[in-house]
Amino acid sequence: MVFFDNMGLLAVTPGMVLMWVIGLLLVYLAITRQYEPLLLLPIGFGIIITNLPLTYLMEPGEGLIWRFYHYGIEWEIIPPLIFLGLGALTDFGALLAQPRLIFLGAAAQVGVYVTFFIAYAMGFSLQEAATIGIIGGADGPTTIYLAAKLAPQLLGACAVAAYSYMALVPVIMPPIMKLLTTDAERKIRMEKGRKVTPREKLFFPIFAAMVIILLVPASAPLIAMFMLGNLFRESKVVERLNEVAQNSLMNVVTIFLGISIGATMNAENFLRKEVIFIFVLGLFAFMISTASGILLAKLMNLFTRNKINPLVGAAGVSAVPMAARVVQKVGAAADKKNYLLMFAMGPNIAGVIGTVIAAGIFISILK
Amino acid sequence: MATEVLVPLAGSIWEVLVEVGEQVEEDDELLVIEALKMENLVYAPCDGKVSEIKVKKGDVVEDDDVLMIIEDA
Repeated sequence: MVFFDNMGLLAVTPGMVLMWVIGLLLVYLAITRQYEPLLLLPIGFGIIITNLPLTYLMEPGEGLIWRFYHYGIEWEIIPPLIFLGLGALTDFGALLAQPRLIFLGAAAQVGVYVTFFIAYAMGFSLQEAATIGIIGGADGPTTIYLAAKLAPQLLGACAVAAYSYMALVPVIMPPIMKLLTTDAERKIRMEKGRKVTPREKLFFPIFAAMVIILLVPASAPLIAMFMLGNLFRESKVVERLNEVAQNSLMNVVTIFLGISIGATMNAENFLRKEVIFIFVLGLFAFMISTASGILLAKLMNLFTRNKINPLVGAAGVSAVPMAARVVQKVGAAADKKNYLLMFAMGPNIAGVIGTVIAAGIFISILK
Repeated sequence: MATEVLVPLAGSIWEVLVEVGEQVEEDDELLVIEALKMENLVYAPCDGKVSEIKVKKGDVVEDDDVLMIIEDA
């Protein structure tokens, strides 16, 4: 009889079954639609596994996945390692060629702050509101990093929301972009920026790390690793490290990240009405961020002769490089000989850094 | 008069869609440049005959490199 008592089948609750469906849905979307499969696939599987009863996989101090979660995410190891890889993958050339486009990346953080205040007004704690707002930056690792620090109970929901909206960038952004721009604006062809020298690219990560960390010390873990990765890339003398940071290391930590996030989503944690609010508010944040980037570009056009195509402003949300690709597509739909992709990469990368700085400010104020 | 077709955005040549000697019209598709995992078409800037193609599939190209030359008829 002991065997039967220890069998999981009898301890299954309706909530668990619903979570299996959610987990399966994510696995399905990852495979058939290729929605962020590198993350949503392990997250979906993690959700299913964690909602099987009596496994103790997430039991503090003993569960296997709890250990991944505790040492990887709670100890803040994995998100900074992902940033190391992102830094190694990032070419700052587009940003340095047109430094004024940095402002568009900053403008796209408006959604983060607007949503922060709305979520707080709706009754979420300050820490929870900050974690929900950061979804608007559309940056997965930053969302996870901030959630682990400020509101671990929301981590799973916020991470899934962030990665879902990143996957839905091609669906969510174009209507907003078309609504806020005229056909003539979408046809603006931008002048090429100046040529960026290898020396500038080499010094940039060192200089940027110092400036940003001096201003917002709480952003140091993510910014330091990001800029180190970029220094690997631009120094050209540590190709082995550059390659490992971009590929193998990133892939290894992605596995542990995905399964751990999925495993935080047990039925009693996830099936609450707050989670619906998180998804709605996260989407709202993301839409506001898209719009504010476009609107700032239009504002800047009032004062400059060298016009900016306002579509490029939408790329200030960090989802790299999906947002930039969408800008290219919407621009090419208006004028097929207009190539906005590289111009959009500037705000896109500035958006990543902007979101990290926003997270750093939240941490220093709210922690 | 010869018109140079320049690289509109840096990337690598994914596919060349025309051959030397071919007649093209303005806005015809000439080649595909891959950048950021995205295929970008490059269109003919004018009517004419392709007299020289300076790149081949797989080449890495920078902004404003010459891709091909089109001779006006």
